[in-house]
Amino acid sequence: MQLKFWLGASVLATAAMFGSAPASAQGSLVMYCGVQEEWCRAMSTAFEKETGIKVAMTRKSAGEVYAQVKAEASNPRGDIWWGGTGDPHLQAAEEGLTEEYESAMNKDLQDWSLSQWKAAKKRAIGIYAGALGFGFNTQLIKEKGLADPKCWADLLNPKLKDDVQVADPNSSGTAYTLLATVVQLMGEDKGFDYLRALHKNVSQYTKSGAAPAKAASLGETAVGIVFIHDAVVFAVQGDPIKPVAPCEGTGYEIGSMSIIKGARNLENAKKFYDWALTPAAQALGAPAKSYQVPSNKNAPIPPQAPKMSDMKLINYDFVKYGSSAERTRLLTKWDKEIKAQPK
Amino acid sequence: MRASTRLALLIGWLGYVLIPWYLPQDGSLAGYPFGQAGTALALVLSGASPWLLPIGLALVAASLLVGREERPWIGRSLVWIGLLGLIAFFAQGFAITLPDQGIPWLAALFGGAGQAQPGMGFGALMTLFSLLLMMCHGLAYRGYCRGDLFTTSAIGIVVLLIGLFVFYPVATILQSALVESDGTLALASFFERLLSPTIWGLGCLGGGTNCGVAWNTLILAVLTGVITTLLGLACALLVLRTRMPGKRLMRAMTVLPIITPPFVIGLALILLFGRSGAITGILAEWVGIPRSRWIYGLPGVLLAQVLAFAPIAFLVLMGTVQGIAPSMEEAAQTLGAKHWSTFRTVTWPLLRPGLANAFLLGFVESMADFGNPLVLGGNFEVLSTKIFFAVVGAAHNQGQAAVLAIVLLAFTLGAFWVQQRWLGTKSYTTVAGKGDSGIPAMLPTSAKVISAVVIVPWVLLTAVIYAVILIGGFVKAMGRDHTLTLEHYRTGFAIDFSNGIFFEGAAWPSLFTTLKVAAISSPLTALIGLITAFLLTRQHFAGRRTLEFTTMLSFAIPGTVLGVAYILAFNVPPVEITGTGLILVLAFVFRNMPVGVRSGIAGLAQIDKSLDEASMTLRARSFTTLRRVVLPLLKPALITALVYSFVRCITSVSAVIFLVSAEYNLATAYIVGRVEAGEFGLAIAYSSVLIVVMAVGIALIQVGVGERKLGRRAVPVPKPKAPKQTARLTKPAVEAAK
Repeated sequence: MQLKFWLGASVLATAAMFGSAPASAQGSLVMYCGVQEEWCRAMSTAFEKETGIKVAMTRKSAGEVYAQVKAEASNPRGDIWWGGTGDPHLQAAEEGLTEEYESAMNKDLQDWSLSQWKAAKKRAIGIYAGALGFGFNTQLIKEKGLADPKCWADLLNPKLKDDVQVADPNSSGTAYTLLATVVQLMGEDKGFDYLRALHKNVSQYTKSGAAPAKAASLGETAVGIVFIHDAVVFAVQGDPIKPVAPCEGTGYEIGSMSIIKGARNLENAKKFYDWALTPAAQALGAPAKSYQVPSNKNAPIPPQAPKMSDMKLINYDFVKYGSSAERTRLLTKWDKEIKAQPK
Repeated sequence: MRASTRLALLIGWLGYVLIPWYLPQDGSLAGYPFGQAGTALALVLSGASPWLLPIGLALVAASLLVGREERPWIGRSLVWIGLLGLIAFFAQGFAITLPDQGIPWLAALFGGAGQAQPGMGFGALMTLFSLLLMMCHGLAYRGYCRGDLFTTSAIGIVVLLIGLFVFYPVATILQSALVESDGTLALASFFERLLSPTIWGLGCLGGGTNCGVAWNTLILAVLTGVITTLLGLACALLVLRTRMPGKRLMRAMTVLPIITPPFVIGLALILLFGRSGAITGILAEWVGIPRSRWIYGLPGVLLAQVLAFAPIAFLVLMGTVQGIAPSMEEAAQTLGAKHWSTFRTVTWPLLRPGLANAFLLGFVESMADFGNPLVLGGNFEVLSTKIFFAVVGAAHNQGQAAVLAIVLLAFTLGAFWVQQRWLGTKSYTTVAGKGDSGIPAMLPTSAKVISAVVIVPWVLLTAVIYAVILIGGFVKAMGRDHTLTLEHYRTGFAIDFSNGIFFEGAAWPSLFTTLKVAAISSPLTALIGLITAFLLTRQHFAGRRTLEFTTMLSFAIPGTVLGVAYILAFNVPPVEITGTGLILVLAFVFRNMPVGVRSGIAGLAQIDKSLDEASMTLRARSFTTLRRVVLPLLKPALITALVYSFVRCITSVSAVIFLVSAEYNLATAYIVGRVEAGEFGLAIAYSSVLIVVMAVGIALIQVGVGERKLGRRAVPVPKPKAPKQTARLTKPAVEAAK
């Protein structure tokens, strides 16, 4: 009997230590954060300081947050979902997992931010933007005797065989942005021709979108196709990597924010939403080593940030390429016509 | 009615009458005993929750039996009362959950149509426990398990726990493979997904494209299982059966990889063998081997997995090798067998349970491993990463994830079945009640040489990897800028002493939570695991095989899927524990339990049943037997279970990546974030700290549990006479050979 009671007692003790549900009293906010830890932390502490609302923050990749919000849909735990690439936000909006909201700050926002808001039917809004491009390892390119690559076309050079990395669009929003960008930039047939040619040079389709930047900075690959700000992080650290905005033009992501439907602290979520769109809140990215372009027109643009004005940006159709039907079609086609092909 | 049954009933009444039935929101007791924090009795009387009435009636019925003499009908009634009470308990729990969910017709039956209730709390837990015990005691009164209350209760508790925390969540996620989101059955798309060429394709044989992900996983797992088992065996034999120098050091070193957080071995391998890695560079400059990317793919993942999992095989086989009675080997030698044939005909066959378990663990670990394929996989895809990205990737395909999980599950269970076939029904008993004063035989020279040749390079590689990890935390950027710095440690672990002690570093909160969760869940894991092993090997009851099979289930399910399953199953009442620390504890306990069970079974297979029987004959009850006879002999298994679950709590990623919350973040989730952000320095520094923490933890466990005393003579200090004896012994054999 003794052992049995010990078992029972320890279960109870465990329950007693941990059992209390997470705080949901007034004055708190549960935040799912989809960018880098440091930026997430800076945002939550700044908001806490300014409003006195206690923020419980969890950092996850955009896909993980989406999976969690979807799993918790019948009994939401989170209040606000801040950051992370726009597609999962649009997907969540399409599935009604997030709440409509119109902030008073909307008038100060860039057009691309508001177009995201319209595409999501008021359920998500742009908070930063980052252009797609690539980073190359300066040492490796020099060793190979190549000129610095400047354009998408340069990546097809046979000398770069097995020396380009990009993520798998099935697992990464970054790589899906590449797929959608190439299709919009060159047209679907030419775009797939390009990807087929690129396939010969790709050594590995990584899982995570930013991984190729890391690999290029370490010298594991010569070129990594990533969002430019992901390459900037390593360049600022002093790694031998150079970020490039391709000469033909390129697509971009809109990092977004949504209020979770059924949020237990809806009022605080709205407060955070308004606050996160102010110039002061948007200036917190650069000190936390995140060099995206903020969506508030009055927010300072970090000096290291790739200048969107100097790039050729395509007119990215977020409504069409963010819809799940088009995404599934393109991904299936990519799987069949590119990934399954021998090199 | 016996005293212990009365006690069980008392617990039930306490839970029903005094303790709040539901989980209190915000931990407050506002409105006790009615309203939010109400007790079941108060809620029934006030009419707020009439569906709790049948549970109370069961307790009343049981109370009517108190004080009666023990007759057959008492046992029968107790079984029925307990069973009906449990049915009422679970039926109302699953019928009435959130608004618009649950089972409407059943809710209406309970008089709670359209109503909702929060997750169950301590009151409900105690009542459930009491009802279960009453049913089990009733069965014991009826003569099940020789009428032993402890045995029937333990079986009941284990079955309930496994059902609730393994079977139920797994069923929830598998349901999503077969059922569309609108509730219709989708068999056609299920089979289309299941038979897809991305899973079963054989493109790699014809050349060019990749093989299906299922084949990749299978090949990797078999290779990992075989290699880790052989390494573990070689290592165990070297440590226990030779006088090799540096054994203690080797023993410590081989345990290092097991206490290493995932990603770190992969990261270190890249820093060493990657295209710009240190060793690659040396080879390229001195020997002229061109730099390549061989590490990305099967070779790299295999290397990392072998480094990571061979120590588990080592731990399992250490117990087995120790347990082999030397007298059997001595008997063989007395009968004239040479070293090598003794090893082949006696030692090796007795090692089979250990080998089978070690292989199974390596195989299953490899299948469920997520960190190493993620970092080193390259274009080599395995099921676990594929599942992870099916859930979180751009495709967001939960149905696909569930289908892949089924394939993975089938492989693991297949391995389990093969293992059972191989072991058969032979006896592996070596620790018996008869005195055994043999001296463990030394290894034959050839086996010694083979073992040493295999082990020494492996240990060296491990040493180099750990040097990288150790140094990595103290230099600015490993591989690029080797200026010494304490910056990484300062960021993570700074403590401000200016105003009392303030843990300022960014890593402290996750470290404290991790330690707390590990300290709570590992004893629970070991306890439940060993009790289950005891029941499975020493008791006969209906459904024993099914239970054994179910305990393996949570191990076979990859962590990612288990994590999602836990969220889906436990985010809604009746068991609403997402976002708490409790869910982390439970996930760890039930994910690590199989190791406790397996090592317990392997250990028990060696202990002669006559020992238990002697104890029983002396009128000890099975609990006493378990405590006084079996447990002391199971110390190696206990250590394995404790160490393993403690370590796994600290190092596992995939199972908890969905379960960590803002309040309860874990060390590994934090490290993964650092790696993603490219801050290898801090990640490596934090990992080194975790390694030290785990080493201390393991040392404490070993000191706390102590060694098993088998009453064998110690290996004597070599005496000058010894060679003479050997010569005399072997002389006839030499002459015979002539």
